[in-house]
Amino acid sequence: MASAVTTDAMIPQSYLIRDVAKETYDTFTLKLVPDTGSNHTQFQPGQFSMLWVFGVGELPISISGDPGEHDRLVYTVRSVGQATNGLVTRTVGEAVGVRGPYGNGWPMQAARGHDVIVVAGGIGLAPLRPVIYEVLSHREDYGRLVILYGARSPRDLLYRKELATWSRQKETQVLTSVDYGGMSWRGHVGVVTTLFKYARLKPARSVAMVCGPEIMMRFVTRELENYGLSRSDIYLSMERNMKCGIGFCGHCQFGPHFLCKEGPVFPYEHLRPLLEKYEL
Amino acid sequence: METLERVIAEHPFLADLDSSFTRLMVGCAKNVRFNRNDYIFREGDPANEFYLIREGKVAVEVLPAQGKPIIVATLGEGEILGWSWLLPPYEWKLNARALDNVRAISLDGKCLRTKCEDNHDLGYEVLKRFARIIEQRLEATRLQLLDVYAIK
Amino acid sequence: MGRAERGLVVAESALAARERSWNGAVSLEDYALLAASEMGCLISTLAREGYSVVGPTLRDGAVVYGPIESAQNLPQGWTDEHAPGKYQLEPRNDGALFGYVNSPQSWKKFLHPPEVRLWEAERHGSSFHILNNEPKPEKPKALLGVRACELAAIRIQDRVLLEDRYRDPIYEAHRCRAFLIAVQCTQAASTCFCASMGTGPVASEGADLVMTELTGGGSHRFLVRAGTERGSELLVKLRTTAATEADLRQAEAGVQAAADGQVRSIDQNGVQELLYQNFEHPRWEHVAARCLSCTNCTMVCPTCFCTTVEDTSSVTGDHAERWRKWDSCFTMAFSYIHGGSVRNSAKSRYRQWITHKLAAWKDQFGTSGCVGCGRCITWCPVGIDITEEVRALRDGGNHGDS
Repeated sequence: MASAVTTDAMIPQSYLIRDVAKETYDTFTLKLVPDTGSNHTQFQPGQFSMLWVFGVGELPISISGDPGEHDRLVYTVRSVGQATNGLVTRTVGEAVGVRGPYGNGWPMQAARGHDVIVVAGGIGLAPLRPVIYEVLSHREDYGRLVILYGARSPRDLLYRKELATWSRQKETQVLTSVDYGGMSWRGHVGVVTTLFKYARLKPARSVAMVCGPEIMMRFVTRELENYGLSRSDIYLSMERNMKCGIGFCGHCQFGPHFLCKEGPVFPYEHLRPLLEKYEL
Repeated sequence: METLERVIAEHPFLADLDSSFTRLMVGCAKNVRFNRNDYIFREGDPANEFYLIREGKVAVEVLPAQGKPIIVATLGEGEILGWSWLLPPYEWKLNARALDNVRAISLDGKCLRTKCEDNHDLGYEVLKRFARIIEQRLEATRLQLLDVYAIK
Repeated sequence: MGRAERGLVVAESALAARERSWNGAVSLEDYALLAASEMGCLISTLAREGYSVVGPTLRDGAVVYGPIESAQNLPQGWTDEHAPGKYQLEPRNDGALFGYVNSPQSWKKFLHPPEVRLWEAERHGSSFHILNNEPKPEKPKALLGVRACELAAIRIQDRVLLEDRYRDPIYEAHRCRAFLIAVQCTQAASTCFCASMGTGPVASEGADLVMTELTGGGSHRFLVRAGTERGSELLVKLRTTAATEADLRQAEAGVQAAADGQVRSIDQNGVQELLYQNFEHPRWEHVAARCLSCTNCTMVCPTCFCTTVEDTSSVTGDHAERWRKWDSCFTMAFSYIHGGSVRNSAKSRYRQWITHKLAAWKDQFGTSGCVGCGRCITWCPVGIDITEEVRALRDGGNHGDS
C-alpha cells in the first residue's frame, strides 16, 4: 500500500459511487464510499478532493457533504465540460479515483461564538454546505446562522428541500434570490447583494463565508463591508487552475499563494490587494 | 396607532430629514393596501406617486414582445418603489405587481413635485435620496446583467 | 503567509543533514591538485563506483549536458559567446576542458525529468487497478561540471520539491544519490549575473567535489577540494598532488575574473516591492509587444519547476496512464478555469513569470528564484533581458533599443 507522504500523493484511491442525485438539469450530487482499505473518511468544511474518472481526467471538486459523517465523501458537480460530464454520468457501483482532501478549509474555529453569515452564489453553495451542517450540528458553539443564496434562475437552485429545512431551524435565517425570475417564482428577484437588507445581522459579532463567481464575491464583500463587517471577518474561497493539488505543479498560484496549500479559503483582508489586480 | 408622520419620519429613506420637510412630505402621504397580484402601476400609466413599502413583496416586471412578463427585481419591506414621478415625462416604464398582500405609504408625486419646485432645499434633499436608490439599483442591475452563473 | 505562521513541519532533506555533519573550515590542506590528464580517471572511477556520469558534450553546435564515458567527450578547446537571443561556440587555444560558461539546458532535466510516467492503470469492469507505482531503480548520476549558479539552482529546487509540505519522490530518487562535481567559472558570459544574485561564481555548499580549472604555465590542472564526506572518499581514490598557495591564488584570481567580467546585474535591494507595487507599470506593454510566449525561458531556466498532469487512455479504454510533464506559465492553458484563462494577455504572463521568479518565490521559499545564469536572456528569440526589465521598472522609463 502506498505509504505516507513520499509515495504517491499522485495515486488516486478507489472509491465507489453509492448514489447519484440530480439537483438540477446540469448539477448532480455524488455520494462516494471507500472501496478498499479503511472505511473512514474525514475532511474539514471547505476542503476539496482531486476526483479522477478513468479515461477522462482529474479535477478539483469541493466536498459538499456533512463533515460529521465519516463513512462517505459527497460532491456536488455541475456539468460544464468533458471532465465534469464524465463525473456526473457515473453509475452506482462504478469506481472513481480520489486524492485528498486538500486545502485549508473554512475558519470554523474563528467563527465559534460568532454569528455565521454564509453567502453563496450558484454552485458556490456546495463548498459552503459543510459549514451549514457543521453549525447546525454544533448549535451551541455558534450564534445565529444567516444563509444568503443567489442563483441564476429558480431551476438552478440547489438543495431546495434542505434550504426549506434549514430555514425552520432556530436562530437560522435563509434568504434566496434569483437573477431571473419567471411567472411562478414568488421569491426575491435580484442579485444576492439585494438580500442583505433583509438579513438580521450583527456585524460586530459576525463571520462571513463567501463562495461564488469571483465578480459576485467582489460585490458581496463590498456590501458586507457597507454593513459593518471588518475585512478580517470575511472569508472567500478562491478558484484557480489545479493539476496536482499538492503544491508542485505551480498552476494554482494566486499572487504568491498556492491555493492548494494555503487556500482556497482566505480572509478578505489578505485578498483585497490581489483581487483588485486584473489578470493576476 | 402610529401617526403617518412618525412612520414617515422613522423610515430609513427619510432619515436626517429636517422635521419641517418631513411635515411637508406627510402632507402628501396616505396609507394604501394592495392585494396579492394587484397591479400597483403599469407601464405607460402616468407616474404621479411613489411608495414606501411597509409590508409585503412587490415585483417589478418587464413586458416582453412575446411571452410572460419577466420579473427584473423584487422589493420588500422598507424599500422605495418608483422614481419615474420625479423626472419628465412622468410615466411608468415598468409594471409593479404585489406578490402578496402589500401595505405601503403612497406619496403624491404631483404634490411633492410642486413643493420641491417651491422649496429647492426640499427638492435637493429628495433628489439626493433618490439618486442613492437609483445608484444601488443600477449597480445591482449591472451585476445581474453580467450573468455570472451562466456556463460560458 | 510565512511558513512559520502556518506551523509546517518541514521534511528535512537528507542532503542538508549530510552537509551539516561535514563541517570544516577550508584551508590549504583541504585542497589537492588533479592533473587534467587524470580527468578520464575521475570519470572511470565514478563509473566504477556505480554512477552514470553526465557532463558537457558537443552536440548540434552547442555544449549540451549528456552521458560521458571518457574525457574525450568533454568540449575541450571550445568556449561559448552569449548575448540576448544569441549563442555561438568559438574555439579557444588553451585546451581547457570546461572552457565554456553554461549549456542551453541545465541539469534540471536529469533531476526533474521533462516527462515522467507517474503510474498506469487497468480497468476491470467498473473498477480500476493502479500498477507500477514504484519508481524503477536507476544508476545514480554523477553530474560533472556543475557551475555555481547551477548548484544554487539545484539547492533551490531541493527547497521546492523536497522541503515543503510534500516530497516529490521522483526528484528525490534522482537527486539524493546524485554525485555533484562543481567546476567553478573562471570567465563570465555577457549574459551572466550570478555575482549580483549572490549565487556565484564561488560554488556554495552542496557539491561533493569543488574544482577550479587552472591552465597556463605549462601545467593544466584542477584545484579540487571535497565538499562532503562522500566527495572526500572519492578523492582518495584519485591520483592527486598537494596544492600550493600559488595554485590557490591562481584559482581565486580566475574566479574573481569571472565575477569582474560580469556586465549585467540585478540590484536585489527592494526588488520584491518593486515588482509587487508596479503591477500596472507601462513597461509591461513594452515587454508584451516583444514576448512571443514561446516558453523558452521557462524551459532553459534551472529553477522553473512547473509541470502539468496528463491523463491518457488507450483506444479500447482498458488502460490508462498518468504522465507528468514540464509546463510553462506562458501557456494559455496554464491559468485556464471554467470561463477562460485568467492570464489572457502575453503581458500578464510575462509579468507573472518575472514576479514569481524575483518576488513571490521569496515569500514562498525564502530565497529569490533566480540564480543569474542568464539562460533566459541568451535563449529568448527576441532577446528580452530580465536584468533590463528590472532596471526599466526601477527607472520608470523605457530602455533598450527594441
